[in-house]
Amino acid sequence: MVHWSPADLDALLCQLRDEGFRVIGPSVRDGAIVYTDIDALPVGVGDDQEAGRYRLRERGDKTRFGYNLGPSSFKQYLFPSREELFAYADGDIVPAPLDDEKLAFVGVRACELAAIQVLDRVFQGDGFKDRRYQARRQNLLIVAVDCSQSAPTCFCASSDDGPGVGEGADLVLTELLDDGEPSYYVRAGSERGAELLAASEADAASPELQGRARAVVDETREGLERLLPREGLRDALLGALDHPHWQELAERCLACGNCTQVCPTCFCSTAVEETDPVSLRVSHVRQWDSCFTAGHSYVHGGPVHAGIASRYRQWLTHKLASWEDQFGRSGCTGCGRCISWCPVGIDLTAEAEALRRTP
Amino acid sequence: MAEGGQLEAPKPRLAVFKFASCDGCQLSLLDCEDELLSLASAIDIVNFPEASREMLPGPYDISLVEGSITTAHDRQRIHEVRANSRFVISIGACATAGGIQALRNYADVDDYIKTVYAHPEYISTLRTATPIAAHVNVDYELHGCPINKHQLIEVLLAFAAGRRPQVAADSVCMECKARGTTCIMVTRGEACLGPITHAGCGAICPAYRRACYGCYGSKDAPNVASLAAWFHESQGRDAQELTAALCRFNPEVPALREEARKWRPDAAKKG
Repeated sequence: MVHWSPADLDALLCQLRDEGFRVIGPSVRDGAIVYTDIDALPVGVGDDQEAGRYRLRERGDKTRFGYNLGPSSFKQYLFPSREELFAYADGDIVPAPLDDEKLAFVGVRACELAAIQVLDRVFQGDGFKDRRYQARRQNLLIVAVDCSQSAPTCFCASSDDGPGVGEGADLVLTELLDDGEPSYYVRAGSERGAELLAASEADAASPELQGRARAVVDETREGLERLLPREGLRDALLGALDHPHWQELAERCLACGNCTQVCPTCFCSTAVEETDPVSLRVSHVRQWDSCFTAGHSYVHGGPVHAGIASRYRQWLTHKLASWEDQFGRSGCTGCGRCISWCPVGIDLTAEAEALRRTP
Repeated sequence: MAEGGQLEAPKPRLAVFKFASCDGCQLSLLDCEDELLSLASAIDIVNFPEASREMLPGPYDISLVEGSITTAHDRQRIHEVRANSRFVISIGACATAGGIQALRNYADVDDYIKTVYAHPEYISTLRTATPIAAHVNVDYELHGCPINKHQLIEVLLAFAAGRRPQVAADSVCMECKARGTTCIMVTRGEACLGPITHAGCGAICPAYRRACYGCYGSKDAPNVASLAAWFHESQGRDAQELTAALCRFNPEVPALREEARKWRPDAAKKG
């Protein structure tokens, strides 16, 4: 456990780059915090969020992690929105080369680490292994950070996925604030993380600092405004397939797919064959899909889920219920993106509660 | 036509026909540039006045039809095109949904003529502008204002190969998210039609921080009422703004037209 200044944090980014990592983390773009290749962390940026609304604001301090989650998740780097899997050229099937560059994710929140672990179950779990995902995942370094504040849309504590970072990160930071000046309580979560800490010349952290770090996480947990109690939720939802509330939901839901595209665990994809009209090379391309599109459930003659009510039901019951049967845990880690980024502000926690009630 | 994945002679014969329109969609075919020559190796472009003075007579395997029907003469001519074509593919907002000129369907066309033309007596026009499918059977509709050239190539190669075109009827939001564009409805309160609009443009407008104005028509299962209610209740937009947003380039898309009528029954009672 060590105590870092912001300069130590900057030094970490440099060190990772020197070691050949592609460093991905938060940056401000088009009015939101999104994940991009970074050289430095944004300073003093906060946000205001509610259902269907997101605005950045200046915090007036020097925090590096004073923001909550934006629309992008780290999913896009492990499972890109579009990638060629193989091509047919000159009579042969040619697999696309594996993408094995070294990635370092910086600023991973607890719910996002949990979401990556959900994707691990999907793409490299007991049964099916996705070689492309595995290649990216095995070279991944995770620098996680405890949440020192929450948005009104957050509900990670409902599934114990946050706000404190759990197992699986290489380094874990807690941002501490003294008169607007941040410093970091840092601990290693892996051998690789321990090596990074050993290389840093920072002071060891005092027990008092450890206590402060714990208090930050406790305060964040107490400040959470939303909850989605999971007790009995699976059975309640699977027992509510004919609930009239689905129809009421269909009147508001746009079936635009935004919730699934911002969700850090939604993994549905479709494959298209693309013919290059010049070379006549045909590539087999995987791209993100959504259970809200007609193509997602299309079988001979038409979509199984033709209307919005059944598409929303498919999404919600999979995410919060049948996901448990399929992957051994809920597909939701409580990040709240689907609430903020729904263009008409539909709140999954409120809908799940309404569906729990007897009609 | 194709058999076993191989293109064989004779190549399908393609013609391009223009009705009331700006020519932008057929220009998308010329705009194929690099791909145009290889397209020409799969398809014989035999009647395309924008490209060549040599215009061979039909029958044609594929006819691309641009524009809407606005004159009595065109109303006749589209039947000739249909009779001369194995497949009719209508391209663009005018041909598939009336286009901007279909705004006349909700107004008095004589008022427009008097306002615009110095000599109204020279103008001979129908009271409405209507999509091609309102007059003849259409085999495929490709949306957009203008259409996207990559989609056009896909549709032409698909018809030449005898397969189904891969053109998803998803929302523009799906394209925004795939390219990493941050939502301008959520961050800026823009009245963006992306959530109800057919993908295909690559989500160009939101990438330049401009609200989607729906030029590709409606997506599959569009919930226009919910989006309009959000614009009204959460963004404070009035009935006039809403109808203007909904009925712009695709006035004859039923889902858009019906919602516009709900907000301004007076303005939308005709047509």
